[in-house]
Amino acid sequence: MTEAVRSAVRSGLFRQVGMLARRSVVRTLRQPLMVVPSLVFPLMLLSINSSGLDSATRLAGFPTDSYFEFALAIAFVQGALFSANSAGTNVASDIESGFLNRLSLTPLRRVALMMGQLAGILALGLIQAVTFLAVGVAFGAGIEAGVAGAFVIVAMSLTISLAFGCIGAFVALRSGSGEAVQGAFPLFFAALFLSSMALPRDLIEIDWFQTVATYNPVSYMLEGIRALVITGWDGEAIALGFACAGGITLIALAAASWALRTRMVRT
Amino acid sequence: MSRGSFWSVAFAVGWRNAHNFFTKPAMVVPALMFPLFFFTAFAGGLSRVESIPGFEYGPGYTTFVYGFVLLQASAFGGIFTGFSVARDFESGFSRRLMLAAPRRGGIVAGYWIAALLRAVFTVSAITVVALVAGLTIDGGAIDLVGLYTLALLVNAAAMLFGSGVAMRLRTMQAGPAMQVPAFLALFLAPVWVPYDLLTGWVQAAASVNPVTLVLEAGRGFLSGSPAEVVPAFGVSLLLAAVTVLWALGGLRSAERFA
Repeated sequence: MTEAVRSAVRSGLFRQVGMLARRSVVRTLRQPLMVVPSLVFPLMLLSINSSGLDSATRLAGFPTDSYFEFALAIAFVQGALFSANSAGTNVASDIESGFLNRLSLTPLRRVALMMGQLAGILALGLIQAVTFLAVGVAFGAGIEAGVAGAFVIVAMSLTISLAFGCIGAFVALRSGSGEAVQGAFPLFFAALFLSSMALPRDLIEIDWFQTVATYNPVSYMLEGIRALVITGWDGEAIALGFACAGGITLIALAAASWALRTRMVRT
Repeated sequence: MSRGSFWSVAFAVGWRNAHNFFTKPAMVVPALMFPLFFFTAFAGGLSRVESIPGFEYGPGYTTFVYGFVLLQASAFGGIFTGFSVARDFESGFSRRLMLAAPRRGGIVAGYWIAALLRAVFTVSAITVVALVAGLTIDGGAIDLVGLYTLALLVNAAAMLFGSGVAMRLRTMQAGPAMQVPAFLALFLAPVWVPYDLLTGWVQAAASVNPVTLVLEAGRGFLSGSPAEVVPAFGVSLLLAAVTVLWALGGLRSAERFA
């Protein structure tokens, strides 16, 4: 055990994280209105899109003959957008109810608070990823990268959930308002819509849209998952997917931690 | 009670709701952004779809998508007005309104005026963006009158449906009960490709979905080759008539509550 870990154990950091994580997970799972739509809506859209746009697979250069396999990745990212909303709403509710104020009077470490909140996002993200994967396989999507690839899909999906969840937490901590979190929700959707969600980037005809999709990190998250489903072990696509999701997680986590520090000082 | 009292209630409720809508960015922005996102994502991201063998629509994919987004914006303008009705019940405003209004039918008419103004605003904004993005309208003036009349009928039916739900449940938590049926009705139609190119269960659903008729008529007006006009207007008028009864039933339920 390193000195840093020993020190953390002594200071009760793990205990603090554990307690807050348990609260966050239980709280998330106890709210069916938070869990159910985050599973039902992406699956509903997947079902409608895959049937409505199946003829797009007839386009020259389309990477698969099943639009369902192509669209499966959208469910993972869309589910993650719901995580952002869920995480943000929970944090905002803690601020609005005064829970954060009371916590600030305790010797609780900020890092424990942040990590505890993120546990709820990860729990929801795991339920989503496993559900989407199971539904995908049940309805005929072959995971080209095999069983190991399925685990990588879950890992990437969790990283994406964490990325959007941290953004949601940041918005909530900066604004202190659940309404502001809800107001930011369309922006998350814009990021999804302006990506290679519906067609591969090289098949997007409109130049400006293709440029936006190329600079949009959501495209690479989608393409990372899509590669594991359709192509197999495409190292570049998988690395880019993890890099974009991980990069956003780090930036949003830093921003959320800074916002939390400011918020704790204010209280 | 005079007819004047009905309209005075209607205009007062309509003005209040329209004022609330236009002065609150939290309401205006999502109402504009969602249809614009859909339009941008579909018209921009899916434009290659018009190269699919069997896709035949003269004015092009931007116009094809505009036909759907117009309908969607009109419908959701009505549904979001249902949210306002629910919010008024939660805040207690509706209970006071019920006590003060001499003709309570005017309350529903007032929400309809608000929904109409919202739809006109949203549709105008989308049309401007669509024109900039390359919308081609091959239809003439009469076709356009037909197109926008259909859109307003859909808006009225959606508003009456949403209000009926809101007046029965009287809580914002009724949101999904208003949104989900509207969403399903819209998306189980030929949204991205013509009906003949749909496959699987969505094609089966679209074949019995009345929105398919409305959407195909709208796209026909835009291309200058009107199709399914009588069935589309018939379905829209029938929907409006049924939802009037639904909304009035909701009003009776709310009166018992008040």
